[in-house]
Amino acid sequence: MAVLKEEGVKTIFGFPGGAVIDIYDELNRTDIQHVLVRHEQGAVHAADGYARAKRSVGVCLVTSGPGATNTVSGLASAYMDSIPVVVLTGQVPTKLIGNDAFQEVDIVGITRPCTKHNYLVKHVDDLARVLKEAFHIARSGRPGPVLVDLPKDVVQGKARYKPLPEPRMPSYNPTYKPHMKQLRRAVALIKEAERPVIFSGGGVILSGASKELTAFARKLHAPVTASLMGLGGFPGTDPLWLGMPGMHGTYRANMSIGACDLLIGIGVRFDDRVTGKVEAFAPNAKIIHIDIDPTSISKNIPVTVPIVGDCKIALRELNNLLNEEKVKITKKSRKPWLDQIEKWKSTRPLGYKQKDVIKPQYVIEKLYELTKGKAIITTEVGQNQMWAAQYYHFDRPNSFITSGGLGCMGFGLPAAIGAQMACPDKLVVDVAGDGSIQMNIQELATAVQYKLPVKVVILNNRYLGMVRQWQELFYERRYASTDMEHAPDFVRLAESYGAVGLRATKPEEVESVLKEGLKVPGTTIMDFWVEREECVYPMVPAGAPITEMLLV
Amino acid sequence: MLVDNEPGVLSRVAGLFSGRGFNIESLCVAETLDPAISRITLVTRGDDAIAEQIKKQLNKLINVIKVHDLTGTEHVEREMALIKVKAEADYRAEILRIVDIFRCKVVDVGPAHYTIEVTGTDEKLKAILSLLKPMGVKEIARTGAIALGREKKYRGS
Repeated sequence: MAVLKEEGVKTIFGFPGGAVIDIYDELNRTDIQHVLVRHEQGAVHAADGYARAKRSVGVCLVTSGPGATNTVSGLASAYMDSIPVVVLTGQVPTKLIGNDAFQEVDIVGITRPCTKHNYLVKHVDDLARVLKEAFHIARSGRPGPVLVDLPKDVVQGKARYKPLPEPRMPSYNPTYKPHMKQLRRAVALIKEAERPVIFSGGGVILSGASKELTAFARKLHAPVTASLMGLGGFPGTDPLWLGMPGMHGTYRANMSIGACDLLIGIGVRFDDRVTGKVEAFAPNAKIIHIDIDPTSISKNIPVTVPIVGDCKIALRELNNLLNEEKVKITKKSRKPWLDQIEKWKSTRPLGYKQKDVIKPQYVIEKLYELTKGKAIITTEVGQNQMWAAQYYHFDRPNSFITSGGLGCMGFGLPAAIGAQMACPDKLVVDVAGDGSIQMNIQELATAVQYKLPVKVVILNNRYLGMVRQWQELFYERRYASTDMEHAPDFVRLAESYGAVGLRATKPEEVESVLKEGLKVPGTTIMDFWVEREECVYPMVPAGAPITEMLLV
Repeated sequence: MLVDNEPGVLSRVAGLFSGRGFNIESLCVAETLDPAISRITLVTRGDDAIAEQIKKQLNKLINVIKVHDLTGTEHVEREMALIKVKAEADYRAEILRIVDIFRCKVVDVGPAHYTIEVTGTDEKLKAILSLLKPMGVKEIARTGAIALGREKKYRGS
């Protein structure tokens, strides 16, 4: 407990059980707030949402066995998205470990590949040091989830707590400060480039480098695209903004990457959903890649100038170097390139036609208008996630919270709960599909219990929309098991949980339902009956070059 | 590589290889002079990009202290094998001659077999095995390669 307080933990998301009953007993006597979720997966996603909204470490506490195994999806999601989360799991007493005891599971073994690191604490004297290390590892370098397994007898044991210094670990020393020589090489490439594109990612948000990025882009007059995880790292309303690239990227972002002569990747990992066919990705470009994790560099895409370091420090140094060397890039010199991009933008903008059935894109656009772009948006996974990414324009970092790497359905609602706990004064909206929302719908009870005014916007097409879209486009409309015709009445469902339920079935009702939903106090579900067979466009078929898009 | 001598470390290393589709040809682990540190000698195969990725991924493991890629560097490499070879009367002398040539040792003698201890590089082990095979090799146990860099500045323990 002393360590938790020292680490500044104010909120813990958890679910009690036999193996952690002692911790709960002690927790009750502190001023740390415990949020009782309804499923342990929800606890980890909530801690994930909390960590992102607050830019700190999210903490979970669950019991042994099934409590622990239920955290696996949440851990895997946080691991893929590099989110600092510390999960404390109960464990059977040390003398029973390996005995197939009641509610025993080797959670350290199970979560080894989906955590940044994990621990089994064998002695109470190690407890404080391990917890310190866990927080240190979770938040430093490339952040990530850390699991600490706590046998019941260890937490029942007594040890005197002496404040410990910041952990120093000989085998773990992340590189923050980039190599000067590499930075100079990068500047040389920047000077030569005629058609640069900046591609920023989650790393920019994690290191808090948005300001530096914006200054850098403006200095270069270089257009900026950002991965799903990077949305909000650069203002989505800036004229240099290209939109997201990749499988559901904008036409101009993908064409720009195809045509650029210099691609500057910052805090990205060149995920397959971004690159499409790797051989055809940025084929004419030299590539500068800044990332704190050396394994991300040259993993998928060979890089011309690798820069290992923190995005914020690297960008600051690059900006300084550009000033020092008096590099002047004029808007005029960049005009041909920016004109070309403008042409791509105007010929193939994102678009849809609102007719007599509600278009999901229309709902998101209205949501953007009504919230003036100021909400924290969480999403579930699938079409809802892509439409939110395409049609809500994110101007601030940490305002878009989504399960990017793992693509974990059921993420949005608990993440919204976490974000709302972190930012009680902000509007938090979960953009959901009817399929995803049912995966962690039980967390409605959590939201209502803690009086969290989370708003859930369900784009209800009664399909598992993204899979259905693939079936339509690539499987001759054979809709195997994607029809969700049998679904609950979300309005009555909301009401049964003690939340507010609203519904719009016609386009003209969209605005009024949104207005009312955003206005009423408390947890609210807004159920929008949208065009059933709407697809997310543009779309790059899996494995195709990203410049070969299916457009509307 | 040098790693923390803790339970689960080997499983992290092995899990990394299986999870990322790298293969392990041989693996040898034992404590160093410092009981808190173990040395793992691992033989794997892959092009430059894969080797680079393996090194980076290993370095990323929290319990891995240092990774050295000995490929193409000055180093000594040894592997030991115990070979139980059929020793019928007609062949006993021949086997002993081979043992002599390869500077091995016979460490167990029975009415029907010799057990030979041989130390050397992978090539040496292959060579002696190919000579012994016609006599009938009943069982073999190999340690997998261990190696140390030759350079003085290399401060292993």
